[in-house]
Amino acid sequence: MDIKNNVPANKLIFPGQIHETPDGGFLITKLDEVINWARSNSLWPLIFGTSCCAIEMMSAADAKYDWSRFGFEVARASPRQADLIIVAGTIVMKMAPVLKRLYDQMPDPKYVIAMGACTISGGPFFYNTYSVVKGVDHIIPVDVYVPGCPPRPEALLHSMITLQEKIKNEAFFRKS
Amino acid sequence: MTNEELKYSITELLPVATYDESGEFLNIIIPSDELIPLMKELRSKKEFDFDYLFCLTCIDWKDHLMMVYHLLSKVHKHCIVVKAKITDIQNPKIESVNCIWKTAELNEDEVYDLFGIRFLNHPNLRRLFLEEDWKGFPLRKNYVDENMIKL
Repeated sequence: MDIKNNVPANKLIFPGQIHETPDGGFLITKLDEVINWARSNSLWPLIFGTSCCAIEMMSAADAKYDWSRFGFEVARASPRQADLIIVAGTIVMKMAPVLKRLYDQMPDPKYVIAMGACTISGGPFFYNTYSVVKGVDHIIPVDVYVPGCPPRPEALLHSMITLQEKIKNEAFFRKS
Repeated sequence: MTNEELKYSITELLPVATYDESGEFLNIIIPSDELIPLMKELRSKKEFDFDYLFCLTCIDWKDHLMMVYHLLSKVHKHCIVVKAKITDIQNPKIESVNCIWKTAELNEDEVYDLFGIRFLNHPNLRRLFLEEDWKGFPLRKNYVDENMIKL
């Protein structure tokens, strides 16, 4: 199954109407819709992988799964240039302040995908551990959760498409 | 050397040592204050020539702590395990072996971090994995974690 089939058909087309005139033509659209369309199709993820989920994330970026089909190809090594942080892996107490700082350094509007069981809840480290943060949502707000240990690249792509849909339904100018 | 020959040679060096031969390697159990003289002999004597410390760890047996050193000779291709018993669990300390094997420096940092054993004559003893202000030593049996979720 191609992951593109998961995208609703009305989300694939450009949000607006082009009216042809003899001199060229003009476009009628809504500002919110066209801005959200542009934003959601160029989400720049921050390179942030702390354990085995990062391997699946790399796989989602490579030629076989190729997240650049959906506009995620510009992975940034600096939080100041990123819109999206994919938290891929266990977050330990020592990493938590670093993650918080990275999130704070990202410019608004910013989004978070929690990838894998460790990030959602602590996963296999939920009981009987002294060092693992039990859910990354204790530190930063999460937009999309991807369960799995680790999730397959298709699941990650699905979560990213879900995030795009969330962005497309936002009211950009009224966002607090 | 075979385990038998190693045992014979080490008994000559250090008569107080006791042995455990149940595993693959010969285990030599010694009191902690005998550690450095024995280790120096194991490193420098040509017939032993243990030039590689491939594992350094610790075990908490509740009434005592046991430092465990796995040694390998790349020349003779033989291995032994040296176990040093630390009886003072309130204030455990032992000599560092980083003057013999440099690799011990980070391993001992880790053991200090998780078990709280103080290594004497260590150049930079510090918390390796946990934060500087961490309270307690998590791999000790008596460590209590208030944030732990009970089953």
